[in-house]
Amino acid sequence: MNRRSGTGYTGIPPWIYAIAAAGAVFVLLPLVAMVAKVNWPQFIPLITSESSLTALGLSLRTSATSTAACVVLGVPLALVLARSPFPGQRLLRAFVLLPLVLPPVVGGIALLYTFGRQGLLGRSLEMAGIQIAFSTTAVVLAQTFVALPFLVVSLEGALRTAGNKYEAVAATLGARPSTVLRRVTIPLVLPGLASGAVLSFARSLGEFGATLTFAGSLQGVTRTLPLEIYLQRETDADAAVALSLLLVAVAVAVVGLSYRRPRVDAAPEGAFR
Amino acid sequence: MSLPRRHVTALLVAGALTAGLAGCASGAPGATGGSTAAAGGSTTPALTGTITVFAAASLKATFTKLASDFEAEHPGTKIALNFAGSSDLVTQITQGAPADVFASADTKNMTKLTDAKLTDGAPANFATNTLEIAVPPSNPASISSFADLARPGVKVVVCAPQVPCGAATDTVEKATGTTLAPVSEESSVTDVLGKVTSGEADAGLVYVTDVKTAGAKIKGIPFPESDQAVNTYPIATVGTSQNKELAAAFIATVTGSEGKKVLSDAGFGTP
Repeated sequence: MNRRSGTGYTGIPPWIYAIAAAGAVFVLLPLVAMVAKVNWPQFIPLITSESSLTALGLSLRTSATSTAACVVLGVPLALVLARSPFPGQRLLRAFVLLPLVLPPVVGGIALLYTFGRQGLLGRSLEMAGIQIAFSTTAVVLAQTFVALPFLVVSLEGALRTAGNKYEAVAATLGARPSTVLRRVTIPLVLPGLASGAVLSFARSLGEFGATLTFAGSLQGVTRTLPLEIYLQRETDADAAVALSLLLVAVAVAVVGLSYRRPRVDAAPEGAFR
Repeated sequence: MSLPRRHVTALLVAGALTAGLAGCASGAPGATGGSTAAAGGSTTPALTGTITVFAAASLKATFTKLASDFEAEHPGTKIALNFAGSSDLVTQITQGAPADVFASADTKNMTKLTDAKLTDGAPANFATNTLEIAVPPSNPASISSFADLARPGVKVVVCAPQVPCGAATDTVEKATGTTLAPVSEESSVTDVLGKVTSGEADAGLVYVTDVKTAGAKIKGIPFPESDQAVNTYPIATVGTSQNKELAAAFIATVTGSEGKKVLSDAGFGTP
């Protein structure tokens, strides 16, 4: 804020604004078109129908669970990728980021052959009495699989930006690695972690392909909001549009939340330097 | 002073660009219609040109064969095929997709098109399809009848009632007084098939033709109650078609003896 108002110079040539505006319109126009299609008198009944509310509830629950799983698995992954160079690190990073570019349906097939009844781990799990296919657990697994890279990418970036000066100082003052992690590293990258978690949540909320392929679709168990929209579209376009708008609203709220945080917290960090 | 003016220019350019974009968007269907018109414009008594056939996903194998046979029989013609769920196809056609022929997997979706006054003439019924139980080759749950599907512990996957195969499943359930407790209600028959071929489900309800296409990967178990729900496949020329002669000729092939043979080889019944 301060730096910018100092000179009033943004360094952006005016023609960039024109293209930026076209880009914004390109993203916004389909949303406007969808809003224009909403059957407003029926909107509230459509989004409060039993099947819609069940799907929304399931979506929020599973997305929250998979975000927690992403944090548990993603923080150590990001730390290892950002801090300790080891052979094959680049390769590991590439594979961790793979779900970002993989079509979700491919992810679903891969998960099926891992956790399915005939799958790599699924067969042993089945013998242990654990059945994952067609359960809510399958939904969470699918969401975690596609959302994990978002957390790892944001956090690894935050870790690299923060550098390890403070950690080194803490270590020379006698703090043990776990203490450094808890008292220095994590607090330093908390904004990055938060925005990563929010992005993971948003990605989980929108997960469709892997869930459909791997978990199936049953009301209250595996039919999340995107699957409900896909199904409603078959018979009731109004319901599909209304639910889409609901999903967009939730996603916008979540992503909006994520992008306010880092900017506020980045200011003191910049001031340090 | 000069800076704001430049901003104004930028905004104007932006406005022009977006107007251009909007123009593109609204122009697209017309443009495609135009190219179809160009193809159809060269129509002579002999069949020429290209038509696009929108057909239900379950017709993929049969229509691919019928189209290539047709092209071989009538040199200079081209049949472009687009396969998807019938309701998707109807939506696409009503939104202006350039289709010349529509073949639906049920009468309900064809009715949507006739109600929208988008068909040319009455649709012709050309095939029927019934449900069959699909199980993995080893039949782990020892399914032998429709009633077996309702046994506790049997993992059955069906289509959701919103899609044609699910509506048929519903009808059979009601007619037999059997209530299934499926572990999943899929949005398409291919998804049901996928869950069975991968061994995730013990059984699924799919069409006779799907069992035939899947070959050795699944085992089909016919059940007598299936004739309670017979799906009829109608076909019609789309009203906006620019090459109705070619469309009608292709429909005649499908409904004619050649079509009947190919369809019955694939497991379809005659209406």
